[in-house]
Amino acid sequence: MTAMVHQETVSHAVTIRYFAWVREHIGHSEEHVVLPAAVGTIADLITWLSNRGSNYAEAFKHPPAIRAALDRVHVKHDAVIGEAREIGFFPPVTGG
Amino acid sequence: MTMTISVQENDFDVAAEVAALTRDNNDIGAVATFIGKVRGRDGERPLASMTLEHYPGMTETELHRLADEAKRRFSLSAVRIIHRVGALIPGDNIVLVVACARHRQDAFDGCSFTMDYLKTRAPFWKKEVGVDGSGDWVDARHSDDDAATRWGNDA
Repeated sequence: MTAMVHQETVSHAVTIRYFAWVREHIGHSEEHVVLPAAVGTIADLITWLSNRGSNYAEAFKHPPAIRAALDRVHVKHDAVIGEAREIGFFPPVTGG
Repeated sequence: MTMTISVQENDFDVAAEVAALTRDNNDIGAVATFIGKVRGRDGERPLASMTLEHYPGMTETELHRLADEAKRRFSLSAVRIIHRVGALIPGDNIVLVVACARHRQDAFDGCSFTMDYLKTRAPFWKKEVGVDGSGDWVDARHSDDDAATRWGNDA
């Protein structure tokens, strides 16, 4: 069976949530954004967000310190955002 | 297996939680509990309070996953996890893990495993406030990653 590979080029809307000092640097805990088609991975999104203002640049200035979740599941920065509806950014966890 | 997860602002009663887990199960021969508490100082710095933030929705999912993994690895009859959020003061309880099993080694290991993974995976963040009013987010500790790693990398 063969199938045409459909290349997803339509930008899509996501909710981005920020926690702990990532939230404090950015200044809000949640926002709804339409991702440009060029933003494919978490790493792309961090780069894109960093160019939105000094508050974002400060929050994301050291990417290895940032943890991410796609639809509330831990992912690494090379994860493809795909059809995810919610993306979370936060520091390494410190509960317990 | 009974598995109950709570994320709450209120304190917990350890004796009541253990009684609830063991009341209807006479196969339980061992109960291991861990209680994490707020310390009064961070090194030499006296603390006034601690605020715990979390990722609602993701936290509960991760805690269930942890308890499931503990159940998969050890022979457990029941697991109870309670984690508090909001403003706490030194001496307050933060977290309770109760692991019940037929025998003590599964109870000890189940409890220890659950705490080690909770420390590295459950989305909670602590902010300490000193008696001078200064606030600092607590840094993650490499020793916590090491503690989780000793159980293997597949959790």
